[in-house]
Amino acid sequence: MSESVDAFAKRARAWLAENMPQVDPARPPLGDRGDGAAWRRARELQKRLYAGGFAGICFPREHGGLGLDVAYQKAFDAEAFGYEMPLILNIPTFTICCAALLDAGTEAQKRQHISAALRGEEVLVQLLSEPSGGSDLAGLITRADRDGDRWVINGAKTWSTSAFAADYGLLLARTDWTVPKHEGLTMFLAPINAPGLTLRRIRQVDGSTEFCEEFFDGLRLGDDAVVGAVNQGWEVASRLLFHERRAVGHGSEFASGRGRQRSEDALIDFFALAEAAGQADDAATQDKVGRVFARRMVRDRLVDHVSWALRNGSLRPAAASIIRLFHSDVTCLEVDTAMEITGSSGVVDDDHHLLKVGERYLSRQTVALGGGSNEMARNVIGERVLGFPREYAADRGVPFNQVRHNERVRS
Amino acid sequence: MADANTSEMALFVSTARAFLDKHASLDQVRALHAEDVSFDPQWWVRAAELGWTSLLVPEELGGGSVSGDGLKDLARIAENLGHTVAPGPLHPVSIVLAGLADADNRDQHAGTIESLMSGAAVAAWAVDEPDRPFSPRQPNVIATPTTDGYRIDGVKDRVEAGAESALLLVVARGDDGPRQFLVATDAPGVTVLPQRSLDLVKRYARVRFDKVSVEASAAVGSVAQTPALLDRQAQIAVVLQCAELVGILDTVLDMTVRWALDRHSFGRPLASYQALKHRLADMKMWLEARRAITDGAVEDVAARKPDAPLTVSAAKSYLGEHATTIAHECVQLHGGIGVTWEHDLHLFLRRITLYRSMFGTPAEHHRAIYALLRNAGTAA
Repeated sequence: MSESVDAFAKRARAWLAENMPQVDPARPPLGDRGDGAAWRRARELQKRLYAGGFAGICFPREHGGLGLDVAYQKAFDAEAFGYEMPLILNIPTFTICCAALLDAGTEAQKRQHISAALRGEEVLVQLLSEPSGGSDLAGLITRADRDGDRWVINGAKTWSTSAFAADYGLLLARTDWTVPKHEGLTMFLAPINAPGLTLRRIRQVDGSTEFCEEFFDGLRLGDDAVVGAVNQGWEVASRLLFHERRAVGHGSEFASGRGRQRSEDALIDFFALAEAAGQADDAATQDKVGRVFARRMVRDRLVDHVSWALRNGSLRPAAASIIRLFHSDVTCLEVDTAMEITGSSGVVDDDHHLLKVGERYLSRQTVALGGGSNEMARNVIGERVLGFPREYAADRGVPFNQVRHNERVRS
Repeated sequence: MADANTSEMALFVSTARAFLDKHASLDQVRALHAEDVSFDPQWWVRAAELGWTSLLVPEELGGGSVSGDGLKDLARIAENLGHTVAPGPLHPVSIVLAGLADADNRDQHAGTIESLMSGAAVAAWAVDEPDRPFSPRQPNVIATPTTDGYRIDGVKDRVEAGAESALLLVVARGDDGPRQFLVATDAPGVTVLPQRSLDLVKRYARVRFDKVSVEASAAVGSVAQTPALLDRQAQIAVVLQCAELVGILDTVLDMTVRWALDRHSFGRPLASYQALKHRLADMKMWLEARRAITDGAVEDVAARKPDAPLTVSAAKSYLGEHATTIAHECVQLHGGIGVTWEHDLHLFLRRITLYRSMFGTPAEHHRAIYALLRNAGTAA
């Protein structure tokens, strides 16, 4: 007889109180994805969850999870609110990489990597984008060539989230240059700390260093590293992209724990902001802040609505992009509203210590670029949800070695 | 059980749809307008026979719903009305019935409930007042106690179907706070003046109460209960508006998507231009968001959740802001035909614009959310 959601929640409540640290609002937990200590802490917390039998609630039992419905995960999230959780493992390890491995990996890959991730022993990332191209992912030029019974990887990847803290990366490389771009790609599971791979961190406008770039000079992989089939890597990449769209908007059942995953996205306290700016009783400010709260409520309902519609098939899988696009919409509204209320305190440091609002504003567009740009999301919604004609593409159906593409960029 | 419910529900909705397609088409809406008629009372009796007026009334008073969740069923009806911006007093009658059904003296009003359910009588909620924002709890109309009842004085306006109603549920200020009273529109001292609206068939009225006497039994709900009743009625009013807007926007976007696929310029369908595709993609996002928050508001109000006022205001403000944007974008994508009387788009735009500002503007609901959360001391 399976345990009811209520009974599960009750058991989780007791276990959390006994085993997980409570968040101290005065000393918020490490959440900076660019900080190695935050990743060590996340692994440690994940180990505790696993030991307590609360890891991987929606992952299958044979891969180390609990094999339960999303209702159990939601109940757990509600109980776990206020506790320190390994939130940075949600994206991309659990919600994107493990979710796609579940769809496309071999039984051995699932048993090894999903289980290790759930035990807190492995962090997985995506190695997809390249310096030579952003939105045109399938036009990538990192190559995997056959050498005896091994694959040899040469090329460069960029914008890989948290790769410096990872053990493995899902690496998309070109294995056949004589066929159209989507048909010559293969997905590999590549160890990050291996000879032939050099990793460098990217510094962003807001000072964060969570993103990395990797250079491959003869990294050697075996056939057991192939995810899915050779030259069918685009199918696996599509699963990654699907899961990413859902995950970015908080719509994945594989995420555990609620709350902001990036410290710089820490909930802007609009009441405190309005007070500090002397605008708490100003009708126009109340209108603007009320709009932000309304939009957040709409976002939460939209995530539930679209996630449900994706599960029951009433919306096509591409509709996950709606969540992705809305996430950008609500975040931009938050950032813009904060900036507007803060006035000059956001641009010149004064007694109110609100310069952080201006600093956040400078990296406003990250949310409209990460996980595929807003423009790509709109293309997807237009073409694959509304069914409009595809954009003209000069490379459609053309063997990749005859397509014009950017030269490999190395610095 | 769930399956039986689902198929019964599907039948209920498809029957409503068939009735509306046959008797409330866009052509019929235009015809009513041409004849300067808001709705045909016989049409409303037939709508009532389909069960639309019984959904918020408990079974012991002769009401009942298909799914067991009357508000959810009613929202589906409102959504279907939206597909053809249908006429009729579904909103005012439902709001009044919601108040009567919840009132602690509802048994005294069983006769009124019955006549409203049958469609024989129409009633409207007289809540707004001239030159004032929607504020049900702060009426200026006064109810003064008399020896055997109350005397009502003051002016209400924007009363939907006021001139078509036999009864009004009037919000008035009593000695101990706001109260509600049922007042017959033909009672001595009541003057009803029609008000034009943007909609082709929805009519409103300004109602003057000049020393209007009502018996004590005309009161709906006790002093203590009235604020909660007013909140509930306001929530029902807003979620029905939002549900109807969901239906309206589905129709408007469907029309526009079809147009974008069929209409060719420079040898290509409009829908193949990325600049237009992206605008329609945004509209699709707003459309799903508006359905999600409306379903959430219906659910919270139906279950009487503590968060209901927040969700309702979020729905009303989000739809208020985005429904008009979607409608104007759809007009723009249609080109010149979209601004003609001949094209149906304006029928939808009219009601969308009307609803944007009734029962609270987006800004008013934003401020309400701010106040609720500030008082609760939490951030959403």
